[in-house]
Amino acid sequence: MNDSTRSATQAVPGQVTVEGQAKPVQATIQSQAKPVIKVAKRPSHTRSRVLMMVYIVFVMLPIYWLLNMSFQTNSEILGELTFWPQDFTLENYANIFSDANWYMGYVNSITYVLMNMLISIMVALPAAYAFSRYQFIGDKHLFFWLLTNLMAPPAVFLLPYFQLYYTVGLFDTHIAVALAHCLFNIPLAVWILEGFMSSVPKEIDETAFIDGYSFPKFFVKIFIPMIRSGIGVTLFFLFMFSWVELLLARTLTSTNAQPIASVMTRTSTASGIDWGTLAAAGVLTILPGIVVVYFVRNHIAKGFALGRT
Amino acid sequence: MNNKVRNNKAWWLILPMLLLVAFSAIIPLMTVVNYSVQDVFDAQTRYFTGTEWFVQMLNDPTLQSALGRQFAFSLTILAIEVPLGIGIALLMPKKGWQASAILILVTLPLLIPWNVVGSIWQIFTRGDIGLMGWSLRELGYSYNITRSPLDAWITIVIMDVWHWTPLIALLCYSGLRAIPEAYYQAARIDRASRWAIFRYIQLPKLTNVLVIGILLRFMHSFMIYAEPFVLTGGGPGSSTTFLSQALAIMATAQFDVGPSAAFSLIYFLIILLVSWVFYTAIMNMQKDKKDGGA
Repeated sequence: MNDSTRSATQAVPGQVTVEGQAKPVQATIQSQAKPVIKVAKRPSHTRSRVLMMVYIVFVMLPIYWLLNMSFQTNSEILGELTFWPQDFTLENYANIFSDANWYMGYVNSITYVLMNMLISIMVALPAAYAFSRYQFIGDKHLFFWLLTNLMAPPAVFLLPYFQLYYTVGLFDTHIAVALAHCLFNIPLAVWILEGFMSSVPKEIDETAFIDGYSFPKFFVKIFIPMIRSGIGVTLFFLFMFSWVELLLARTLTSTNAQPIASVMTRTSTASGIDWGTLAAAGVLTILPGIVVVYFVRNHIAKGFALGRT
Repeated sequence: MNNKVRNNKAWWLILPMLLLVAFSAIIPLMTVVNYSVQDVFDAQTRYFTGTEWFVQMLNDPTLQSALGRQFAFSLTILAIEVPLGIGIALLMPKKGWQASAILILVTLPLLIPWNVVGSIWQIFTRGDIGLMGWSLRELGYSYNITRSPLDAWITIVIMDVWHWTPLIALLCYSGLRAIPEAYYQAARIDRASRWAIFRYIQLPKLTNVLVIGILLRFMHSFMIYAEPFVLTGGGPGSSTTFLSQALAIMATAQFDVGPSAAFSLIYFLIILLVSWVFYTAIMNMQKDKKDGGA
């Protein structure tokens, strides 16, 4: 026992140990290592749990407050501050589901988001394949140009977009918003998919071609199933960025294809803001996100790094 | 990079994508370029002005201050979100139902429409009906984002941290998951400290995802619009008017097409420049990795 403590003190970095002593020193450390780490681990484990809880509370507090208000009447909201609904009501939600202007906002938003996801993934898949497998004239410049579109601030394009879609007669249609969102969603999809595709060995392509597969058949039957989780993650991102964008969606629509986010501005009227309905509408915009993230939760861990770890 | 086949027929695979993106990107961009060199009175009357608008915009004090605020904001949120995101990624549990639950909760803010994020924080921070505003007042701090520029600034920064830290955290989390368990075992045998494990095992594995995260965060923070628009409307005064909003005010409210187009191009060029730096960094890193591996 005495011996082991002595050698442990000798293992302090910076101290010179005689060659012959080095081996027993390491042996004692290894045998001691387990209990030492276990003892040290427990407090840091609880601490990290506590810190994690603090962060989760920070994330959830504003959402809790929104939820809380969505179940209150406006008189309760504007009266004394209450931490949970004293006079529980579903009236705010009933308002939304009984008014076509309101619920059509959700239908419109979901319509153009789905359209955008479909268009983006269809054109991004072959393009990403080309970037990951072939060298061709201007490939690097093209890739950088694509990424710059990801960075183009929508505010820069507002007026030209309005004029362009008005001229081609697409103003106030779902497809207009879906196409406009392609500006940033296609480059994003190409970028993410390229990462996933590059991690698939090239030999698979070559073997398939030798086996007599045509390119389209190989692509659909073999290649796409191989990057399934990559496609899942890509769709998640496409949904996310199309769903949360408002500026372009609002500029390109007036009544027929108005997104929910822009319908929400109706809550502020001359008689003040209808807080209850605003909160209920906000809660309803969060729900599709929860559904989507629930489906991809197992892929997020791996896929969020966009195939680049 | 060298094992790619040289084949110009690959352009056919790119073509559909190219046409769609060009429709959405090049035509509007050309329109902007067109406006930026003209003085438009109405549909028939317009004069060529050359670089006049550009000179005027670069000397415009409101835009200069908006640009300054924009950089201050972007750097502030990067300085907070990147370390915080790494920290949260390290804290997140790796297995079990808690892992899934926390993953979903952490991701939640990313999937809320941007103007709703603004509304949520507007409701949350109001002095009369908001939990945060009310609590701060009860504690004796005269919190008011419509009066005090400092309060407005801090609130917008907190809102952005709330909204976007999850992105960095999730990127880092997936980066951490890619580290083989053997690395940690080796570190345990060497009796490496917690800090040494982070510095020499985890951080190097995170550089790739961190560059992506910083790039995405810089870009998005640089075009932030909806959240401050809803929360503070750019006020009090113009203390929280960032570039996008300054541009939108000029283009839609004042309808100064020429100057705002020139401004758009300057704005776009700044983002392009920064992105190019990042892009080159990413490409060099990937090249280094390939060279090192071979």
